[in-house]
Amino acid sequence: MIKTTAQKIYTFLIFVFLYAPIVTLMVLSFNASKTRAKWGGFSLKWYKNLFRNEAILQALWNTLAIAFLSALIATVIGTIACISINSMKKRNRAVIMGITNIPMLNAEIVTGISLMLLFISLGIKFGFTTILLSHITFNIPYVILSVMPRMKQLNPSTYEAALDLGASHTVAFFKVVFPDILPGILSGFLMAFTMSLDDFIITYFTKGPGVDTLSTKIYTEVRKGIKPEMYALSTIIFVSVLVLLLLSNYSPKDKKKV
Amino acid sequence: MSKKLLSAPYLFWSVMFILIPLGMVFYYGFTDKTGAFTLDNIIAITTAEHSKALWEALKLSFISTLICFLLAYPLALILSSRNVKQNSFLILIFILPMWMNFLLRTLAWQTLLEKTGVINSILKFLNLPTLNIINKPEAIVLGMVYNFLPFMVLPLYNVLVKIDKNVINAARDLGANSVQTFFKIIFPLSLPGVFSGITMVFVPALTTFVISNILGGSKILLIGNVIEQEFTQTGNWHLGSGLSIVLMVFIIINMVISALTDKDGEAQGL
Repeated sequence: MIKTTAQKIYTFLIFVFLYAPIVTLMVLSFNASKTRAKWGGFSLKWYKNLFRNEAILQALWNTLAIAFLSALIATVIGTIACISINSMKKRNRAVIMGITNIPMLNAEIVTGISLMLLFISLGIKFGFTTILLSHITFNIPYVILSVMPRMKQLNPSTYEAALDLGASHTVAFFKVVFPDILPGILSGFLMAFTMSLDDFIITYFTKGPGVDTLSTKIYTEVRKGIKPEMYALSTIIFVSVLVLLLLSNYSPKDKKKV
Repeated sequence: MSKKLLSAPYLFWSVMFILIPLGMVFYYGFTDKTGAFTLDNIIAITTAEHSKALWEALKLSFISTLICFLLAYPLALILSSRNVKQNSFLILIFILPMWMNFLLRTLAWQTLLEKTGVINSILKFLNLPTLNIINKPEAIVLGMVYNFLPFMVLPLYNVLVKIDKNVINAARDLGANSVQTFFKIIFPLSLPGVFSGITMVFVPALTTFVISNILGGSKILLIGNVIEQEFTQTGNWHLGSGLSIVLMVFIIINMVISALTDKDGEAQGL
């Protein structure tokens, strides 16, 4: 009894530690006063202002577009690479997986500056494209690491059977292999999307003037004082993710009941 | 044969955007402005300003990693002992904060920690001594622990939940008490998760420049701040690259230690 109570209290305290700043931000989004230090009464004005703030909406659009495109391209390149890595000899496979691990294990600041140096020497104009290329680069490993285990579990005989029965390589892949590795592909895509959405450091070094994602916009505002519209936006994002997660967590149970 | 061709886009991509850029960091790090070979940018780490920043970063990230470990291990044990259905939800709750922008979350700690902030108001109300850590190293450690704690919890949870309950029961049957079972069975079996958790917390903590900027009041310079300034303000890429190489040495040392202790050769953590 005492043990489980202690466990509950401990979990609860960590929970408070993790969510205290989030609750703070949500409260601030309803604060009529512009400064963070004072409570000026309840107000919805930051939510109204948010939809008129072109700069923030543009940053939101950039963030979502980069997250979606980079996750999509990384998923395609990563999945195709997995098919071929899986059929490689052990040594080649080890080399490629070693390279794949570099962006995940290396410090983000080093990845950021290394890409910045590359883009400068190639003479690519800094902006949307450079951010997108960088995000694809750090997203591919997440896709590979999530598709690879699925690939290893595949039974190669089913693919060969499809070929024996007259399917072409492409048809056999999409009819036999693809459905089996799909969960891995989807979770890789989601992981890549999340990582891209939350990235600041690599974007910071590879962005150009005038092009901002939410993270870099917030960072430049840190000194001048954050616009409260930002709190409103992040509250909206957080609550929508929470609702989506709750729905996806509870819907399978309902299906079973039916 | 056609399968070999399929890896071509990825091979091209990783050479172009992973290996060549890293090569360029090494090129800049080992040359001066005229392009001549030099070790000055590496040796620059020994100057008082830089070695202090490196030492400070090592110290704070070590403390943060230790605190993360001490907080996360009991939590991972508790989570792994619950039944499975409840678990996925609990785990979700510890990942969910990542969906609120990491800069904003760190900034919120400013509001909480300020002299007249939320925490101090509560402490005053309870007649307790106030907490004065904002713009001090303690605040940076708090920011690091807060931001990287989930990266310690998840690998630990992943190994702990996979430990065969029969092994634990066997130890109990053979007369081991719970402390013995923990140190002889559970902890040794969880080591791969421990090492992968340590790597995942230590590397970002060592190299951060954002947390120290926001919670350290830009008075405390960590090695990450020095490198960032070389690239964005001073514009001395050679020195910045040289210091990055030094930083990578520490990352590699950390990785080698993890790899040596991870005998199976496969990271089991995440």
